[in-house]
Amino acid sequence: MANTKEVRKQIASIKSTQKITSAMEMVAASKIKKTQNEMQLGRPYSEKIKEVISHIANSSSEYSHPFYEHRETKRACFLVVSSDKGLCGGLNINLFKQVISKSAELNAQGIESNFALIGLKAASFFKSVGGDVVANVQKLGDKPDPDALIGLTKTVLDLHRNGEIDQVYLCGNGFVNTMTQEPKVEQLIPLPAEEKDELTATHWDYIYEPEAQDLLEGLMTRYIESLIYHAVIENSACEQAAKMLAMKNATENAGDLIKELELLYNNVRQAAITQELSEIVGGAAAV
Amino acid sequence: MSTIKVSIVSSSEEIYSGEGTMVFATGSLGEIGIAPGHTPLLTGLAPGPVRVQNGDDEKTFFCSGGFIEIQPDLVTFLSDRAERAESMDEAEATKAQELAEKNMRDKESELDYTKAAAQLAEAAARIKTIQKLRKNK
Repeated sequence: MANTKEVRKQIASIKSTQKITSAMEMVAASKIKKTQNEMQLGRPYSEKIKEVISHIANSSSEYSHPFYEHRETKRACFLVVSSDKGLCGGLNINLFKQVISKSAELNAQGIESNFALIGLKAASFFKSVGGDVVANVQKLGDKPDPDALIGLTKTVLDLHRNGEIDQVYLCGNGFVNTMTQEPKVEQLIPLPAEEKDELTATHWDYIYEPEAQDLLEGLMTRYIESLIYHAVIENSACEQAAKMLAMKNATENAGDLIKELELLYNNVRQAAITQELSEIVGGAAAV
Repeated sequence: MSTIKVSIVSSSEEIYSGEGTMVFATGSLGEIGIAPGHTPLLTGLAPGPVRVQNGDDEKTFFCSGGFIEIQPDLVTFLSDRAERAESMDEAEATKAQELAEKNMRDKESELDYTKAAAQLAEAAARIKTIQKLRKNK
């Protein structure tokens, strides 16, 4: 039988853990608001740039961008967006599982993969699993800076330009609501062809100042950057939501455990009292 | 009076969305004025003030580099970073300019020349915007 002192010690330690997890839950809950707000703020830009890109696709421009070009694929790059910190349930690992299965699927078709990683968790995961990592950014913090992603984006796009990779997949968690996050693996390059609007597709084209090629190159790069930035922001909202849920569960589990241990403690205490009483009674009878 | 739909967005927020009778901005090849019914144009946006006139009302915004897309009925500014000109601090801008100039002189510095030149151009444009605003007051 466990002794009362041991049980009491255990209860105290679980109680202090519970305090920590419930504090973390509250921190995550307040951060969700902020990250969701940031998602909202970033939305007009991504919508507008998408609009401009679709206008360009609808114009009868003679210059077609390599990002739309479907070429024979030998190598694909996975751009994996993960969180820097753990304690957020299965958020990261669910995503990694999907990335690995997609990569295996491509491998079966004779397509090799390499990886560009955002976040510490992805870095440590792919270090242990092994994989050709071409770029890595970590410690973006709660307020990711778009500038921090430029280097990684450039590395990936340069590889695509040089023909070293032919496809790029953007992998990150999609924010459905605070209870649900969905790992997504989406094809980034080649970009899905924009639907041409036959009715408005009269033959018009932009005047480009200075050169069509330079402008579109810059604009497409910015577009890809904005998509990646959006994925990072969305993932950070997911991280906070998953963290809140994980910490809420942990707090509840700690509560259950404390209840069980208190029951055990009372049992043990009662048993000790009963034993003592019977010893006294037995002693008295013997005298 | 006919108007054109104006939207100015930066990667982190929406700066302005509304109607305008005339819009002035600095394109990569010089200043442009945009009136309703402008021919479709795609050009770079240089750091500088963007003025949106709607009748007698005029608003000024500061935009750093980006792109301008013009359609006959709408104009979109995709700025990497845009700030409301009113909220800008001239001292801050001057400081940034000094720092950029210092970095340019400082050959030992690891900062590359092109980045410093871009910073300098942006700081100069910011000061220009603020001074223009002051004059209008």
